[in-house]
Amino acid sequence: MHIAEGYLPPLHAAAWTAAAAPFVIHGTREVARLVRERPGARLLLGAAGAFTFVLSAIKLPSVTGSSSHPTGAGVGAVLFGPPVMAALGTVVLLFQALLLAHGGLTTLGANVFSMAVAGPWAAYAVYRLLSRASSGIRVFTAVAVADLVTYCVTATQLALAFPDATGGFASAWTRFLGLFAVTQIPLAVVEGIIAVLLIGALRTWAPDELAELGVLQPAPQGEEAARA
Amino acid sequence: MRRPLSRILLGLLAVMLVVVAYAVGSARGDGEFGGTDAAATELVEGANPDYEPWFQPLFSPGGGEVESGLFALQAAIGGGVLGFVLGTLRERRRRGGDEA
Repeated sequence: MHIAEGYLPPLHAAAWTAAAAPFVIHGTREVARLVRERPGARLLLGAAGAFTFVLSAIKLPSVTGSSSHPTGAGVGAVLFGPPVMAALGTVVLLFQALLLAHGGLTTLGANVFSMAVAGPWAAYAVYRLLSRASSGIRVFTAVAVADLVTYCVTATQLALAFPDATGGFASAWTRFLGLFAVTQIPLAVVEGIIAVLLIGALRTWAPDELAELGVLQPAPQGEEAARA
Repeated sequence: MRRPLSRILLGLLAVMLVVVAYAVGSARGDGEFGGTDAAATELVEGANPDYEPWFQPLFSPGGGEVESGLFALQAAIGGGVLGFVLGTLRERRRRGGDEA
């Protein structure tokens, strides 16, 4: 999902930067507020950031004969809501742009938008929509969808910037989706499984911290009552 | 952990998925497992030969070895912090549980 440095025309690069910036600014404020108001959440915040750090560094082989990496952004979105991940994801993408020549500064806005904005919001929406499912199913689906949506957004961004001479946007989009989305499907499933294991561990070891955050209530009945 | 067995099975399932994906990918691809990001760049270049990247990375790791080292560093930082957090939470829970 990293669009390489300089591979978006200046206008597109500027537009995606402008689109991502408010989310990142809002997210940074949310992180600061969280650290200030909920000291108990600091460790979990570290876990969410560390999860996206480690997962986005690991390139896994996939069925297309290409390799790609998960994003790790879904877990934090489920735990803290999407704004926090806009900030944490930007840190990861900056690290990779500056030290690894992976992604870039001109494409940072577009990459932040796909991985740290669209993915986490998709995770959050799925997590909310599946409120009646078991928590394992909710976490798995939300995280896997976040992973997949990120790569679909990247395909869209590239197709908008580089539509086919003959087939236009649609044909370019199909081509980029064929590359990104198909490769990503097994990885998204793997990321979903790892997320279920991590959240399971947090439920066991940090039920109080999770309760303080108000997500993943240990007793589903409480949540039912709150929604009613 | 309440249900250790199901967690071990889930972990094994994840590993198996990667192995199967690798096997299928080996049979279908060129065996190189190149990154999709680089493949996307090639797609852009192939369809738009006139496009010139207008900005270069400020710093590029010299060679694959340095690059893979930096990726390993990224994973190590993430894994290290994650392990620290889980260990701290577990220990805090264990001690707190005695008093509560």
